[in-house]
Amino acid sequence: MQQIINFIIRNKSFLLYLLLFSIAMVFTIQSHSYHKSKFINSANFLSGGIYNSVNNVSEYMHLRKQNELLQQENNQLKSLLYNKTDSINKTFVDTVYSGVSYKFSPAVVIKNSYSSNNNVLLINRGNRDSIKQDFGVISPKGLVGIVDNTSKKYATVISVLNTNSRISAKLKKSNHFGSLVWNGKSPYLVQLTEIPKIAPITAGDTIITSGRSSIFPKDIPIGTIDSYTLDASQNYYIIHVRLFNDMTSLEHVYVIENKDAEEINALINNTNE
Amino acid sequence: MNSIVFTHTFRFIILALLQVLVLSHINFLGYINPYLYILFILLYPLKNNRVIFILVSFLLGLTIDTFLDSGGVHAAASVTIAFIRPFILKFSFGAVYDHQTMKFGNVEFGSKLTYIAILTLIHHFILFSLEFFNFYKIILILQNTLFSSIFTIILCLLTTIIFSRRN
Repeated sequence: MQQIINFIIRNKSFLLYLLLFSIAMVFTIQSHSYHKSKFINSANFLSGGIYNSVNNVSEYMHLRKQNELLQQENNQLKSLLYNKTDSINKTFVDTVYSGVSYKFSPAVVIKNSYSSNNNVLLINRGNRDSIKQDFGVISPKGLVGIVDNTSKKYATVISVLNTNSRISAKLKKSNHFGSLVWNGKSPYLVQLTEIPKIAPITAGDTIITSGRSSIFPKDIPIGTIDSYTLDASQNYYIIHVRLFNDMTSLEHVYVIENKDAEEINALINNTNE
Repeated sequence: MNSIVFTHTFRFIILALLQVLVLSHINFLGYINPYLYILFILLYPLKNNRVIFILVSFLLGLTIDTFLDSGGVHAAASVTIAFIRPFILKFSFGAVYDHQTMKFGNVEFGSKLTYIAILTLIHHFILFSLEFFNFYKIILILQNTLFSSIFTIILCLLTTIIFSRRN
């Protein structure tokens, strides 16, 4: 017993080092698995608050560009609104019964990151604004990511530029679908995998969300095909998709809540059992 | 004594804020960032309680991790260089360090460069290995380590020169 205590006292700094290093390793491993980084994330009052106050100043720098983006989007929405051809003959929608299944809420990106391997963004909406895990995030131009951790006022978003992220996407032209992943290289290119060889693809084709998951609605633009190769098995394409979004300058985004997500997920889980 | 504690607390906060608000967003050539916050560990007083030093370094790394959402990679790298610092000090400064007479202000430039370079390289190598977490990306890890280290070393040297007190 005496010897054990002596050993501990003699090597206390080494043992402390081992302990702290293992704790750090646990956090690291957690951060590499999807939806597991519970303890160490920037959605807390301290880091969120600091990022928020810095962003209050720095957002003035991008005001002109962001205004243009919003104006473009407004323009697009207006053209949709006033060009409705058959607004009279529309099928009657029972608003009491159907309601809307997707709820959009605006948010501002207060911390952006795109240079590391697992990029995480921070937005200024949280529990207080009923933002929860697995809500989708899009920008006026296209896909951004999926909400991970939330605190009272802030939420972290797993960007599409994260090697852990997998989002269901499809070819607009032929409806072949696959998963969107990122190889960690360029912030402008993501990879669409699992598209069968039989699918007719050409460079320049548009990629949109498939609506197969309960996170994103259908038909949100993602990007265009930059180039493609066959994977190791020679049966599936690996398609490099050039994002519509400039992930390096994000400011105004929308958080999408699917009101039916719980019901859909419960149903899928029941069926799988 | 209190003034030393105050100086180092101040340095901790300033370096952490500088790192997360400015330096981590430089992205020179797309991915190269300096990690200047390790200067806190490099310049920590030589006569110290080793247990407290290791704990403080861990805390610094964890603070950076919290802000950058990087899991525990900075904590792991920082705690490692804090642990091995005495060996590197002995290696780079030799007898001067053994006689307990050295101060960072009045050492040779060459040995100071060795000291900063070795610890920076070790820190960055652990940092990027854990960040990529994939043995097949070893080339990318080494490339990142090298370029970021050069950036960090230059910044560390500049900072120590600019803020050194002449006496």
